[in-house]
Amino acid sequence: MKKETAHVAAQERIAADIMSLVLRVSFAEEVRPGQFLSVYSADGSRLLPRPISVCDADPEEGTIRLVYRIAGKGTAEFAKLTPGCVVEVLGPLGNGFPVEEFKDKRVLLVGGGIGIPPLYYTAKSLRDPVFAVGYRSETYLLPEISGRFETHIATEDGSLGTKGNVLDAIREDRIVCDVIFACGPKPMLRALKEYAGENNIRCFVSMEERMACGIGACLGCVARTTKPDAHSHVKNTRICKDGPVFDAEEVDLT
Amino acid sequence: MIRTSVNIAGVSLKNPVMTASGTFGSGMEYGEFFDLSKLGAVVTKGVASVPWEGNPTPRICETPSGMLNAIGLQNPGIDVFVKRDLPFLQKYDTRIIVNVCGHSVEEYLAVVERLSDCAVDMLEINISCPNVKEGGIAFGTDPKAIESITKAVKAKAKQPVIMKLSPNVTDIREAARAAESGGADALSLINTLTGMKIDIERGTFAIANRTGGLSGPAIRPVAVRMVYEASHAVKIPVIGMGGIASAEDAIEFLMAGARAVSVGTANFHDPCISVKIADGIEKFLERKGIGDVNEIVGCAGNGGIYGTV
Ligand SMILES: Cc1cc2nc3c(=O)[nH]c(=O)nc-3n(C[C@H](O)[C@H](O)[C@H](O)COP(=O)(O)OP(=O)(O)OC[C@H]3O[C@@H](n4cnc5c(N)ncnc54)[C@H](O)[C@@H]3O)c2cc1C
Ligand SMILES: Cc1cc2nc3c(=O)[nH]c(=O)nc-3n(C[C@H](O)[C@H](O)[C@H](O)COP(=O)(O)O)c2cc1C
Ligand code: FES
Repeated sequence: MKKETAHVAAQERIAADIMSLVLRVSFAEEVRPGQFLSVYSADGSRLLPRPISVCDADPEEGTIRLVYRIAGKGTAEFAKLTPGCVVEVLGPLGNGFPVEEFKDKRVLLVGGGIGIPPLYYTAKSLRDPVFAVGYRSETYLLPEISGRFETHIATEDGSLGTKGNVLDAIREDRIVCDVIFACGPKPMLRALKEYAGENNIRCFVSMEERMACGIGACLGCVARTTKPDAHSHVKNTRICKDGPVFDAEEVDLT
Repeated sequence: MIRTSVNIAGVSLKNPVMTASGTFGSGMEYGEFFDLSKLGAVVTKGVASVPWEGNPTPRICETPSGMLNAIGLQNPGIDVFVKRDLPFLQKYDTRIIVNVCGHSVEEYLAVVERLSDCAVDMLEINISCPNVKEGGIAFGTDPKAIESITKAVKAKAKQPVIMKLSPNVTDIREAARAAESGGADALSLINTLTGMKIDIERGTFAIANRTGGLSGPAIRPVAVRMVYEASHAVKIPVIGMGGIASAEDAIEFLMAGARAVSVGTANFHDPCISVKIADGIEKFLERKGIGDVNEIVGCAGNGGIYGTV
């Protein structure tokens, strides 16, 4: 974990408002699936880092890939980066998905929208994962995912795969699995937790919150937990440090 | 050799740079980035007599050159702090200043008494948190309340007491004098300025607590002015903070009248910034041919750098 100046190796637009950014960093080999980086704006009036998950890492090349949605001013600034540019980053941060523990199990990777990218590197670290991905309409990363892994698709407008959300696809396609790793909007995580509970499947969710320090010092980014957390001994755990991935049973997703 | 050490209420700090409470935890996280012994002091996150849950999320949002926070003083309570955090900090050659919070005088005193036989160098009493309903700010905006809580703390405290003042007052000099009359050994200011942001996409408050404390470079000019006013209203030393993000910023506070400075929000932008600031102050003194950092303290109101302007 360190703050450094990363060099932009490549950047391309992969959907209307989705960018894929490849950065040369010193810590590519340390990155675990599901971890994220703090990416800093070059504009001094924007002080806080933007947390972005690692979509892929290439330890040999010393690069990592971030796939992000242009959501506001910070990400709009990152979208202008071209090869040769530099950007300040801090990472790798957070715990990541428990890939070692479940390597040989049948892991269902469930991604909703911009929650899909962090599951790509995760999938590459598992023996035989299966994907269930949900998009609004326009898809991205799909050729890479479906070209390598069994993939089930849902789109809200029904333009591809199951019409509806990713849970509809899981039910319709009767996907069988030992464990679920999920990343996406909170309502999706909530529904998955319920589904996993009903079917006695363990479920791990990657959560989001506004962040300031990104390293566990400010207590800005907490998630409600069902039991007292290890750091503050209350029921608020730090997403940036103790997460972003949690056993769904341990967090309150209501 | 340039002398960078400063003395606050009989406690000598190797340099005038410390961390602002709540932005640095108990130092564990930042200790992975640099050697905490390079700091004049570490000021801990506010500690209460029992664990506090803090506020609902979202707790933070970015604003131009700053941020709003309403953490609500989440902390594990004094028992965990003494068992886990204090031994960690004791490994470093730096001063330990524990920031104390409470909902009532009794709660503040419980923490102060518990720390009386602990290896803590100073206490900083937070009577200025805008994010907790009782306590905090309620004590910090009324001069009479400031004086009486200062007295109560001083009667029990075994370590020098720093009273942390709120900028959410009409006249900071009154608050400063009240703390001094109560027996405070030093003052620190400013805490955050109460602010609000509306998230227009959701059509509601950007942070769950509705209001939050504004910090970062956006508040710096206000903080410099208040440090100047407070330090000229009292005889006790003042620790200045509010938007310090570089050595130059820190030097402004020293020249305004602060004996030492705290670095807060800037840690979020660069985890090593506090050490860089300490180094930068030394380089500035060297460039100006000044042999002792204490020479620039309050120089702005005292005829400039060499006392000649
Ligand atoms: C652990 C984690 C991993 C993430 N991974 C990705 C990813 O791989 N791809 C991706 O597109 N997005 C990801 N996000 C969301 C991403 O952080 C936000 O979209 C981004 O910060 C928006 O910044 P902005 O300046 O463009 O937006 P603005 O709205 O201008 O940002 C203002 C402030 O709010 C914060 N903020 C805004 N939206 C979010 C959000 N959803 N979560 C946290 N902070 C937010 C910003 O960081 C900034 O401090 C992740 C968030 C978290 C917490
Ligand atoms: C996230 C955050 C948490 C804070 N928590 C505390 C606290 O627990 N106790 C306290 O006295 N001040 C707290 N403060 C106030 C800071 O110590 C400091 O007074 C203020 O932020 C101004 O300095 P800055 O602009 O350098 O951050 C907090 C500030 C921030 C941004
Ligand atoms: S962002 Fe500071 S604790 Fe998570």
